Amino acid sequence: MTGAGSGAGSGAGDVAGAGSGGSGTGFAAADRDPGLQPERTRLAWRRTTLSATVVAVLAAKQAIHDDVTAPGLVAAGLSALVWIGFLAVAHRRIQSLDATRPQALSHRGALLATASTVAFAGFAVAVLL
Amino acid sequence: MSDFVQSLRLWFAPRRLREQGETPDYRFSLANERTFLAWIRTALALIGGGFAVDQFLPDLRWGVRVGLALALLAAGVLCALRAVNHWVRCERAMRRGEDLPVSRFPTVLSLAVAVVALAMVVVVVFGWAGR
Repeated sequence: MTGAGSGAGSGAGDVAGAGSGGSGTGFAAADRDPGLQPERTRLAWRRTTLSATVVAVLAAKQAIHDDVTAPGLVAAGLSALVWIGFLAVAHRRIQSLDATRPQALSHRGALLATASTVAFAGFAVAVLL
Repeated sequence: MSDFVQSLRLWFAPRRLREQGETPDYRFSLANERTFLAWIRTALALIGGGFAVDQFLPDLRWGVRVGLALALLAAGVLCALRAVNHWVRCERAMRRGEDLPVSRFPTVLSLAVAVVALAMVVVVVFGWAGR
């Protein structure tokens, strides 16, 4: 799947074809998708982490509303944990996109992203009621 | 409904998905992934809206505020679950070479958002008139 010259480690001997692999970048021009699909997907993940950050900040603000209480602190801590988990998923995915022909998104990644979104909503309901 | 249960099973059985058909061009999978992420962002925005209704509209009556917030949060949860479901179904359709699944969900969601927005307008107008 990952052909020669994927990633940055283009050492001696794994030059993709004759005349390619110039000047340190691991990608031969012909290997790169002209539609920049991996880059667009990477940016989509970035946007999504930004949205998750906004929601996490709102959740923390909600949890420690007017007075700091123990359950409020626990809720804020939990939402921070969920946020960090989401960032970890996004980070892993962004790293795996750094290939010439990236694999499709794993089920685990998709389910974790969905689970953290649902968890935020769960906190919101818990704080509301 | 059995269709839904079948795709629900696919959520947790990536191997079964991988056994079907052929691996599509990676660009199609990435496009599917971006659609999934766009739906996740929509879900996050709805959930953020639920938080915001509760935090920034403290003058509303408790029932109205909690009702609106719960409606937004429920829409967000539905949107997130539907995102992963649609992603799995598109992935399967691409592997099998079938047509992509069609869905009523965008229409339902837009109608729900419109209803919530109208409710907000009514609440705000009557809130001002009441003062």
